[in-house]
Amino acid sequence: MGHLDVNVILRNLPYLWEGLQLSFLLAAIAIAGGIFFGLIMALLRMSSIRPVAWIALGYVNFFRSVPLILVIFWIYFLVPLLLGHATGPFLSAVVAFTMFETAYYCEIIRAGVQSTPKGQISAGVASGMTWLQAMRHIVMPQAFRKMRPILLTQSIILFQDTSLVYVVTLRDFMTSVSTVASQELRMVELYLFAGAAYFAICFAGSRLINRLDGGFRR
Amino acid sequence: MIEIRDVSKWYGSFQVLKSCSVSVARGEVVVVCGPSGSGKSTLIKGVNGLEPCDEGEIVVDGLNVGVKADLRVLRTRVGMVFQNFELYPHLNVLDNICLAPMVVLKRKREEAEARARTLLGRVGLTDHALKFPAQLSGGQQQRVAIARSLAMDPVVMLFDEPTSALDPEMIKEVLDVMSDLARDGMTMIVVTHEMGFARRVADRIIFMDAGEIVEVRPPEAFFTAPESERARAFLSKILEH
Repeated sequence: MGHLDVNVILRNLPYLWEGLQLSFLLAAIAIAGGIFFGLIMALLRMSSIRPVAWIALGYVNFFRSVPLILVIFWIYFLVPLLLGHATGPFLSAVVAFTMFETAYYCEIIRAGVQSTPKGQISAGVASGMTWLQAMRHIVMPQAFRKMRPILLTQSIILFQDTSLVYVVTLRDFMTSVSTVASQELRMVELYLFAGAAYFAICFAGSRLINRLDGGFRR
Repeated sequence: MIEIRDVSKWYGSFQVLKSCSVSVARGEVVVVCGPSGSGKSTLIKGVNGLEPCDEGEIVVDGLNVGVKADLRVLRTRVGMVFQNFELYPHLNVLDNICLAPMVVLKRKREEAEARARTLLGRVGLTDHALKFPAQLSGGQQQRVAIARSLAMDPVVMLFDEPTSALDPEMIKEVLDVMSDLARDGMTMIVVTHEMGFARRVADRIIFMDAGEIVEVRPPEAFFTAPESERARAFLSKILEH
């Protein structure tokens, strides 16, 4: 094995950066969408109306039972059949990730909500709040505080999973790295760089959340 | 003020309330006592619909607990203090008190805060407005919980064993606040084992056993000459130590 050639990375940085931007964008949309729809799904899952709770439970169990890569394929190939026109790889990836992550965020949020003592809702309801108001002002703020570490873990996994979009021809960070590595025949440099980049991003993300967490601590 | 008529309730096949009837007049203080599992808490939680009853009806200030539209209005006028305080741990004392007035009554922040500070003065906690519940003693937390209920300007206050979770040295400060409230003419239903408080403050005692209201009598009569054998047995157990 020869010396490490750092220049190969610098030379291809703009190309790699494009891939990284796609990974960031996809992860950001999927995290926001996953938490938003996960919250709604969690509320449905805890509904006292049985059929509603069952539908939500069915959704969660279904998406937790299939691999993400399969969902990405499905949305990419099946949705155009339903709509009659192609949706493009990026949009279909966004939809696939959001639907898939919704199931996981739903369960995280549900666990967080159910770890909050029932008396807290009673106190809110007894003062005239509706169930939703008590959730919004009393339970959710407490639950989200408890959930933060596991929401972070799930979001890091999601970010790393964006590398799966190569199957629908999208060029994310990991795909860009592979392309450069094989073109330049510099596997060691590129894959070390990729590892360092993933580590830096995910570690920085967790530090950021901890910092935010510290602001709330008392 | 409060009419409880023929109220029954079941948990599965177990009957927790057996056609309970009692009425409470405006300004009256009623203490509910009885052995554990006698249905005291279930009855008091029926008054604001936290434990809906299966039969019979409860009417508070003309509002029927069983009617959904009435219930929300009723809950804004009936304050409840819980055994475990149930302060909101993520909010400081001031925000704990302001939350419901702002969310439910749509009061402005300044208005709600001004009222909250007045109430904190009333329960003797003016200096603790910006602390979080975890930084307060149990007695202080329960006094905040009382102030929080009063912030809604209730016409009735329900107390569900307000001193049961407290260390003995903190019971008095909470009972003192409750006595002041009674003196100011608040209509109160109090589930408690504090018989000294019952004797001093209550207008009437409701004695419950096995889901039934067994006796409803003025405290002197109840403590000196209980009518029923069950009340005699209960009093002998709790008064002798």
